[in-house]
Amino acid sequence: MQADKIKVAILGSGNIGTDLMYKLLRQSGAMELAMVAGIDPASEGLARARQLGIPTASNGIEAILADPDIRIVFDATSAKAHVRHARLLREHGRVAIDLTPAARGPYVVPPVNLGAHLEAPNVNLITCGGQATIPLVYAVSRVTSVRYAEIVSTVASQSAGPGTRQNIDEFTFTTARGLEEIGGAREAKAIIILNPARPPILMRNTIYVVPEGDFDENAVRDSVAQMIAEVQQYVSGYRLKNLPVIEQRTTPWGKRPVIIMLLEVEGAGDFLPTYAGNLDIMTAAAQRVGELFARHLLSKLEVPV
Amino acid sequence: MKTPRLTDTTLRDGSHPMRHQFTRQQVAAIVQALDRAGVPVIEVSHGDGLAGSSLQYGFSHTSEFDLIETARSNAERARIAALMLPGIGTLRELKEAAARGVQIVRIATQCTEADISEQHFGLAKELGLETVGFLMMAHMRSPEELVEQARLMEAYGADCVYIVDSAGAMLPQDAAARVRSLKAALSVQVGFHAHNNLGLGVANTLAALEAGADQIDGCLRGLGAGAGNAATELLAAVLDRLGMNPGLDVFGLMDAAEYIVAPIMPFQPFPDRDAITIGYAGVYSTFLLHAKQAGAQYNVDPREILVELGRRQAVAGQEDWIIDVALDLSRRRQSSAQKGAFV
Repeated sequence: MQADKIKVAILGSGNIGTDLMYKLLRQSGAMELAMVAGIDPASEGLARARQLGIPTASNGIEAILADPDIRIVFDATSAKAHVRHARLLREHGRVAIDLTPAARGPYVVPPVNLGAHLEAPNVNLITCGGQATIPLVYAVSRVTSVRYAEIVSTVASQSAGPGTRQNIDEFTFTTARGLEEIGGAREAKAIIILNPARPPILMRNTIYVVPEGDFDENAVRDSVAQMIAEVQQYVSGYRLKNLPVIEQRTTPWGKRPVIIMLLEVEGAGDFLPTYAGNLDIMTAAAQRVGELFARHLLSKLEVPV
Repeated sequence: MKTPRLTDTTLRDGSHPMRHQFTRQQVAAIVQALDRAGVPVIEVSHGDGLAGSSLQYGFSHTSEFDLIETARSNAERARIAALMLPGIGTLRELKEAAARGVQIVRIATQCTEADISEQHFGLAKELGLETVGFLMMAHMRSPEELVEQARLMEAYGADCVYIVDSAGAMLPQDAAARVRSLKAALSVQVGFHAHNNLGLGVANTLAALEAGADQIDGCLRGLGAGAGNAATELLAAVLDRLGMNPGLDVFGLMDAAEYIVAPIMPFQPFPDRDAITIGYAGVYSTFLLHAKQAGAQYNVDPREILVELGRRQAVAGQEDWIIDVALDLSRRRQSSAQKGAFV
């Protein structure tokens, strides 16, 4: 094992796992991608990994558990599968970075709380919709308290694999909870829509925010602009289609000003084409979090005896 | 043609023109009238299905679970259905709806995305509910593609799969071709849900029946999204004339439309210029009121918004794209006006 790198593995060889593989190869930082494990030996993701000379396994998590040098595992399977994986990885002392909406560990959204849970055995990246929208809800809630946040994520059908499709409710629950716990909204709701347009659409998110009381519109706009710039550091195609719009809407709390943000996420095109910004923001966040964990583990190794 | 089963969806699709403001009293009166007139299934929920109450679609005046409970307690013979769209509603709301009185759930997806509904059909069957699959915006895909999706719903446990003309964009031959293909491919029942945006709500329903449809939908006074649906009282009269009346009291339904529903309607859904545009452009019928509102707010012709949404291939539930399109159109116009000023 190289002394300056931490060995990591990707569990799950679908869209997300494969996209993350390309990102880790492009810029490995403190991580060394030591394995890609799936359950379908014929999957495209495993074939690509083999071609690139990365060790692969088609018996799922077993091969990863059998290699004690692998310290960090990115789980890109499904919420259901991760419930079992989370337990096994914890028993084997591995750090799990969970890209499914299983929510077994604390939530991490890089521009909000990147370094918050470095000692946790399992951190959860919520959902693609959560990674896209929580930073902007947080950008509002850090300048004025938020009564309610609602987001609508629309992704191209072609970018939603079977894991997403079988776990659509988990997307809804986990995103809404993330908007509350990390975004800072008192109450939140999430909606996901798959759009089959030809050619495929870029990932789109609409974020509605109802502040508790009066607020300084300029402070909100500045805070949002700052946050956009922060996310752009790791997802360059993250942009608002418009300045935030404020509309008067009828709500359960009376007629209220609602801040509406129309967000577009264009992917880097590492694996799926650029329309799949939903994959990109998830895997880019995973890479950021993985890098920090890897450096943290390295720093512990370097502690003088 | 066989005598169809009719589902009345005044209290679900009608929730759109009512801006989701139905009250318990209104639900009780409408359910009693439909029940007395022999309508076997009554659908009740937010217009966008369970958990549709939101900024995106409009907040409900009264919780849909309370409305479902009211409906169930006022129905002697009729069974109560609810709509749910995976991605909006979840297993939690489905359980709650069943606990409060729903006996049938209609699970709706965009007509290309049936595979997001597997969990929901599974739970519905566990709960002992009758299940109906709803393939929305079915004008956007060919009969062959729809068959593939309908087969998925059948495999997940659907007791019936509907061709849903959410945009009211189909012509009678489109409706017939789609229903016929599903009838040939499925062993479960097939249904058809019409919108009247091109004035073809009843005609398309008849075409679907001729093609073998087992179930059809109506709304009293056509109270539904866009130009509304096929009117329940009209369907009753037409079926009666065809000698296929499934036990509906034609006069009773006319009276319900006239004396109970018409007085509470904020307007009569009708194929006016904006509603025709919905059918013509092939966009989701519920976009109508949202496009009118955004048109007024950003000073853009709602028809331009609707046509652009059609061009962008917006699907069921994408009301948030309306503001986006309105802003784009308004900006485009401002920039061309500015250019004019400098000439």
